[in-house]
Amino acid sequence: MTTATTNQAEAPLLSGRHGLGRDLAALAVILVLAVIGYLLFPNNLALLTRIMAIALLVLSLDLVTGYCGVATLGHAALFGSGAYAAGIAAVHFGITDPLLMVAAGIIGGALAGLVCGVVILRAHGLPQLVLSIALIHLFHEFANKASSWTGGSDGLAGIAPDPLFGIFAYDLWGRTAYVFAVVLLAIVFMFLRLVVRSPFGMLCRGIKEDPIRIQAMGGSPTIALLKMYVISGAVAGVGGALNAVSTQVVGLDSLSFTLSAESLVMLVLGGTGSLFGAVTGTIVFMLFEDLVSAANPFHWLTMVGALLIAVVLFAPKGLYGTVAEVLARRRGAGR
Amino acid sequence: MSAIFEVRNLKRSFGGLAVTNDVSLSMAPGDRVALIGPNGAGKTTFVNLVTGNLEPDAGEVRIGGESVTNVNAIDRVRRGLVRSFQVTRLFQDMTPAEHVALAILQRDGRAGRMFGNFLSMPGVMAEVGVLIGKLGLRDLAHRPVREIAYGQQRLLEIAMALALKPRVLLLDEPAAGVPQSDTGRIERALADLPDDLAVLMIEHDMDLVFRFAKRVIVLAAGTVIFDGSPADVTKDPRVREAYLGSYADASSAA
Ligand SMILES: Nc1ncnc2c1ncn2[C@@H]1O[C@H](COP(=O)(O)OP(=O)(O)OP(=O)(O)O)[C@@H](O)[C@H]1O
Ligand SMILES: [Mg+2]
Repeated sequence: MTTATTNQAEAPLLSGRHGLGRDLAALAVILVLAVIGYLLFPNNLALLTRIMAIALLVLSLDLVTGYCGVATLGHAALFGSGAYAAGIAAVHFGITDPLLMVAAGIIGGALAGLVCGVVILRAHGLPQLVLSIALIHLFHEFANKASSWTGGSDGLAGIAPDPLFGIFAYDLWGRTAYVFAVVLLAIVFMFLRLVVRSPFGMLCRGIKEDPIRIQAMGGSPTIALLKMYVISGAVAGVGGALNAVSTQVVGLDSLSFTLSAESLVMLVLGGTGSLFGAVTGTIVFMLFEDLVSAANPFHWLTMVGALLIAVVLFAPKGLYGTVAEVLARRRGAGR
Repeated sequence: MSAIFEVRNLKRSFGGLAVTNDVSLSMAPGDRVALIGPNGAGKTTFVNLVTGNLEPDAGEVRIGGESVTNVNAIDRVRRGLVRSFQVTRLFQDMTPAEHVALAILQRDGRAGRMFGNFLSMPGVMAEVGVLIGKLGLRDLAHRPVREIAYGQQRLLEIAMALALKPRVLLLDEPAAGVPQSDTGRIERALADLPDDLAVLMIEHDMDLVFRFAKRVIVLAAGTVIFDGSPADVTKDPRVREAYLGSYADASSAA
């Protein structure tokens, strides 16, 4: 016991844990899940691709809500802006290369993130929530009215992406789109792992807990949160663009209050403040929705409601958060 | 020597009660001042006013000869006015090493960096090691704050303040809640502070005050009633009167 303490006292503080091993493990988990999905649902790759697009939206929401504590019910504004940016680039400007469409989605999402951040971050708590709801309705209405650009309530159709790298065409079975989605999700996921454990990620966690303390260290909560909102917009924009590329249409539902609220439900279901939590929540919610709505189209919402209540009451940290906690406690007890 | 920190005619009242009533003081680099006074005298309110956490009704605050009355709380910290909190405000899931590293990066304007993990930044961690070692927190460096004792959390508050390399340091009861066995660490950390740093310490523990301070300011009901040497403070009749009844409580509570 005594020797252990002395050793610890002399050991350098520098920690060797760069997290590289765990990063590779995380990447492996995503790729394995992707392969399993492909094998389990070869005829429903479109659903899996949509799940990944929405997972990007939920990850993006997790950045501002889970990591920074911002309350928002309007986060689809960022996703929809990315989707429309990619769609408009393709239809009106002839930018049909999938990678350039994703770039357009990133820019559109980041700009929407900047606008939403500037407005939403002026308030806290309930007023903040109300501002976010007002924003999503404004975005929705704006897209509806600007119908010469967006197709209004008919949606923006006629998006015809080029083959990926000029080689892989978007086939009827959605295989190209699926692989494209897996790669995009994996890249974004790894990027976010770096961000959330960087000094900036640590700063944001501090802001969530006690912004006054961060100010007393000379840090500006507003600037950090705004930066996170722009990053969040870029991530949601990737999801929106992916959706535009894979479905070849953008509808007003991508800019809706419903999608915003559902993405929050998915995040809470999986567990806030963890990237795997966001992905887990999305997969569970959307597969559940697909299965239950096929089995019972009239009462599926009731079942989703029941599931959510059960999770909130019995696993308040979300499905992933609770499992991770139990495993960590086991490991702690085993030591 | 010219003043590094100056407060002129600071006033603030809450609902008609003057909690800070025309307070003025001035400190030079290297000053070691204790601010004492009965509970509710307005000491913490004074700190909140000068740091910009609370809006004064009137008065002026100057750092390094420049008025900061219209400067926000964040920029006052960047100009070298740093405080600690009477009740610790720490991030429960973060470790002491992370707290101090965040303060160091914040000071250097690098806390917004989106890549890299400061646990693997040798320069930062070397400085973290020195600060944390000075306050005896080395063994706890990688434990989340919620698992460490309150007295040690207080020491971490001081380590964070020092990490910011302040020009003026305001310590709000740094020893409150610290077990007797650990107050020695606080004293040693205080004795080790840079010579040109101006320190104002609020403290109820009079032994600590007498060992630390070259000058004592007494605040009672929002007014400065004494500003002078530690040797004279206990003899002053107004100070005795202000402390009648409350001094015994305060010293035993500390
Ligand atoms: N925000 C506020 N609103 C109303 N009254 C306040 C507020 N902040 C402080 N007060 C009052 O101002 C007075 C001084 O409080 P303050 O915390 O500054 O005292 P203190 O000298 O630091 O006391 P202690 O030794 O107990 O820490 C108290 O009577 C307190 O109730
Ligand atoms: Mg106080």
